[in-house]
Amino acid sequence: MKPNFKMYFINAGLLLVVFAVISVLLQLRVFNPFHEHLIILVCINIILAVSLNLSAGFLGQLVLGHAAFMSVGAYAAAIFANAIGATGTPGLLAALVVGGLAAAVSGIIIGVPALRLRGDYIAIITLAFVFIVQSLMLNLNNILNVSEGSFLYPLASLLNATGGAQGMTVSRLTTFEAAFFVMVITVAVLVCLVRSRHGRAMIAIREDEIAAEASGISTVYYKILGFTISAFFAGVAGGLFAHQVFFIEPLDFDFVFSIELLVIVVLGGMGSFTGAIIAAIVLTLLPEFLREFQLWRMLVYAVLLIAMMIFRPKGLMGSYEFSVQNILKKFRGGRA
Amino acid sequence: MCLQVLPPRTSIMELFIAQLINGLSAGSIYALVALGYTMVYGIVKLINFAHGDVIMVGSYIIYFLARYAGVPFLLAVFLAMVGCAILGVLMEKVAYKPLRNATRLSALITAIGVSLFLQNAFMVAFRPDPRPFPSLGVEGSVTLFGDVTVSWLAIITISVSALMMLLLHLFVKKTKMGKAMRAVSEDSGAASLMGVNVNNTIAVTFAIGSALAAVGSALYASTFPLVEPFMGLQMGLTAFVAAVLGGIGIIPGAMLGGLLLGVIESLTRAYVSTLWSDAVVFGILILVLLIKPSGLLGKTVREKV
Repeated sequence: MKPNFKMYFINAGLLLVVFAVISVLLQLRVFNPFHEHLIILVCINIILAVSLNLSAGFLGQLVLGHAAFMSVGAYAAAIFANAIGATGTPGLLAALVVGGLAAAVSGIIIGVPALRLRGDYIAIITLAFVFIVQSLMLNLNNILNVSEGSFLYPLASLLNATGGAQGMTVSRLTTFEAAFFVMVITVAVLVCLVRSRHGRAMIAIREDEIAAEASGISTVYYKILGFTISAFFAGVAGGLFAHQVFFIEPLDFDFVFSIELLVIVVLGGMGSFTGAIIAAIVLTLLPEFLREFQLWRMLVYAVLLIAMMIFRPKGLMGSYEFSVQNILKKFRGGRA
Repeated sequence: MCLQVLPPRTSIMELFIAQLINGLSAGSIYALVALGYTMVYGIVKLINFAHGDVIMVGSYIIYFLARYAGVPFLLAVFLAMVGCAILGVLMEKVAYKPLRNATRLSALITAIGVSLFLQNAFMVAFRPDPRPFPSLGVEGSVTLFGDVTVSWLAIITISVSALMMLLLHLFVKKTKMGKAMRAVSEDSGAASLMGVNVNNTIAVTFAIGSALAAVGSALYASTFPLVEPFMGLQMGLTAFVAAVLGGIGIIPGAMLGGLLLGVIESLTRAYVSTLWSDAVVFGILILVLLIKPSGLLGKTVREKV
């Protein structure tokens, strides 16, 4: 299939229109700062959902520790930004890269042992990882106890600044523009990845691991690759999150949050970008408008999860993808 | 779990033994709960994430019966066992049975859904605030081997758990139903051809596992006398780690794993830090899975195409 450059331009143009509309509405104060905060949270959750979809949806590995990668990314980005005194969007982007890389490294550390095992054990190990990371973050300020003058002191003071269980204050650097474009880049990179031969190898592993291995696909390599990329973007989302809410504590990224992300991916459709994005938007905004039902929210999620698995295990979207190209094709009734 | 106030001037050895007994007492509760995970996994190959929440339900049943209906504690525990057994069977029939032939991923996500459902249903119904658990009526402690003080509660916990495990062992080895359970876990297809009612056997397994969890809940809530909707989460996860540690699907493995984990946790809290105990527990889990993925007592089984 030849790359269709015309379609790339149309897609990019549509995204710019969406971006411009939201920007104008923000400028005209139709959207107040609270709305802006929500829009940024939606962008962050889309990044998280789409990256979790890579490991859970396309690779078929039940990862319960996505929040832990986000936690690693958030803390790494925040510590880095504090260390260099980052300001403005360039500072934010540098911090995001650091956060992403730190999360990717943690993804390799947990992925190499976990992915040698099969099935349920990956869920167990990633679940364990959530609690280990949480313990680590709670103790981050106690790990290095060195006196002033030691060559490790600068590092120790950086770690002390995380405050352990007390939480850490981060400067507010995330803007709507940054969040939006980081989200677009994430989705674009992951869509390209999934459509490449590497992506097809991952889908083959999901469908039948033994058959994929027999066809010459290195299952361990692709599982770790997918896992690491997924962790990287979770770390980037963590960095955006830290610099948006400007106060993070280890319990922000707990097991329950991991499950909420899983709910987004399962409802949207495991293996559908469109589904993950729509579910991320709806499940981020809905609770905000249904504040009175806060107590019922998780109960409804639980019933949805069970009902979904029994009646439509593929998720609402299944593996359907929205694309401008297909719609144009329909209108013209022939080749696009 | 259960760090107790120790009398002053206890020697290092006595402190160690006291911690060991605390660990055994916590560990025997873990073992009781881990048995539920392991039996269900052995028979339907499903990690029943909601098992931890059965403990929570059991504690609430005992709480309401003992506090508002004036039922004696032991009778309340018995009724909680019956209630949890019914809950376990219901859970299986409503949520897990339709998915018996679905992918492992779907079944696991459903189990997470059931767990979320129980937690949040209880939160909506009874509010999230913790309630005081009625006392077992056993207080004080006894001095053993020289100067080691052990609370009666710990002794009762250890002996009740040991009794339950003995009964379960006899049930599985000596009765017809136990034999059926072993057969279904070995090969459910072949078992059904031999005339074993697979559906009933699975239901009985869920019932027994949940009833054991109810006993566990009575012991657990007596040690930590607070009842709240999310109390099962941490307890359930730790017990689950115990089951995996011993070898999931193997009944003696759950007992060994539970006791071992309780002791390790108690010693970590006493000698390292309470903040690190989660990291140590789950770190051990990862280590075991790396070195011997089938658990301490597990046999390695090759996957067939």
